[in-house]
Amino acid sequence: MKRVVITGAGTINALGRDVPATLEAMREGRCGIAELEFRDVERLAIRIGGQIKGYEPESHFNRQQMALYDRFTQFALLAAREAVAQSGLSFHGDLADCSGVVLGTSGGGLNTQDENYRSVYEEGKNRVHPFVVPKLMNNAAASHVSMEMNLRGPTFTVATACASSNHAMGLAFQMVRSGACSVMLTGGSESMLCFGGVKAWEGLRVMSKDACRPFSANRNGMVQGEGAGVYVFEEYEHARARGAEILAEVVGFAMTSDASDIVMPSKQGAARAITGALRDGRIGRDEVGYINAHGTGTAANDKTECAAVADALGGQADRVMISSTKAMHGHCIGGTGAVELLACIMALRDGVIAPTIGYEEPDAECALDVVPNEAREAEVDVVLSNAFAFGGLNAVLALRKV
Amino acid sequence: MNVKDRVIAIIAEQAVLEPSDVTMESTLDDLGIDSLGLVESIFAIEEEFDISVPFNANEPEQSDFDISSVATIVAGIEKLISEQTA
Repeated sequence: MKRVVITGAGTINALGRDVPATLEAMREGRCGIAELEFRDVERLAIRIGGQIKGYEPESHFNRQQMALYDRFTQFALLAAREAVAQSGLSFHGDLADCSGVVLGTSGGGLNTQDENYRSVYEEGKNRVHPFVVPKLMNNAAASHVSMEMNLRGPTFTVATACASSNHAMGLAFQMVRSGACSVMLTGGSESMLCFGGVKAWEGLRVMSKDACRPFSANRNGMVQGEGAGVYVFEEYEHARARGAEILAEVVGFAMTSDASDIVMPSKQGAARAITGALRDGRIGRDEVGYINAHGTGTAANDKTECAAVADALGGQADRVMISSTKAMHGHCIGGTGAVELLACIMALRDGVIAPTIGYEEPDAECALDVVPNEAREAEVDVVLSNAFAFGGLNAVLALRKV
Repeated sequence: MNVKDRVIAIIAEQAVLEPSDVTMESTLDDLGIDSLGLVESIFAIEEEFDISVPFNANEPEQSDFDISSVATIVAGIEKLISEQTA
């Protein structure tokens, strides 16, 4: 089996337009959640989110590209450009043929759907732009990344709701580890902050009207975000041979299904995924120093997640640091695990643990060290990233310092 | 039908019971209505009475809307109707 390392990272999200800006915001515990700005927002009961404000697609893409790129595709491309630039790779010949893209998304081109449904149903138009289908399809982002970077190996999209990115990165990890591919671009992208996207979530009555406060006793729901994270996963010897800077090693991955309820999380399913990732990476429980939590800020997720961590890590649960960065960038749904992996890399490389901001009151059912409100300096060797999706689908990644 | 009978009809449908099996003292738990069933019932109630019910599944006990029994739900809806159609 091959070793798999990360040699490039890219992002755009409510905290920053690139990785350095995002990490700085995470270190400072800044909140990127604010009033939403889009058409018909006044008809929503939920009006806050981690929206990327002041974003101007025309400063990154030409007119023909914008006609084809939904906002979620644009985010994926911007993150991929940053990641590939950092890696120093360019893809030609054999390397292009054995490198690919696996990206997560949940809603795909939801803005495109929203705009075009509005046009035909509300405005009564009988004609839509000819590129609606290639713009809204869930694989559009992965395909455009493969086209722009000349990645000609396996390329596809994974949709497992809020775990999409972690599933995508886990599959990319397995493909490089098995030797099937030399390099995979992986992560995820989401842009659901439009009238229809938020209205649908509102119906479930799990959204907060004021703030995301993971693990805090007074938490009252999740807050949506948007954005993308993309990484270069590269076979270790390949990276070493070219003298690439290695950000971290991906060492373990596991996925499980609760097989029980379509929305309520299960402690057992989550714990099995954590335990599975440790087993896959041959990691001792005592080695785990930090967990980037799924930590949505809902009543159900946070207590179930803490119980699962306690079950899976045993006594180490009392020592491990666990934080949810969703209170800063919002829940980026199918892109969230990819944005959150930045906090894992920061923990390993910089020795800085991103905080759980918005934490106000201890909850006896979330009695772990949640790194409340302020970032902390700490040396850690192994970190986990949790993602537990609607549908009962769980995916946990393990990273190690190189 | 009065408010009470209309609410009972909605709850009975959600619980797959006859309206006569739903009493004012019944709790949602008694009727086998889970969290998704509750959210669906509230949606049906909002549609039926053209009102907006302030309910957040994360903090049911802190909502103004008391869901501890059919009686409290009916009382809550009657209050909302008088407030929101006033």
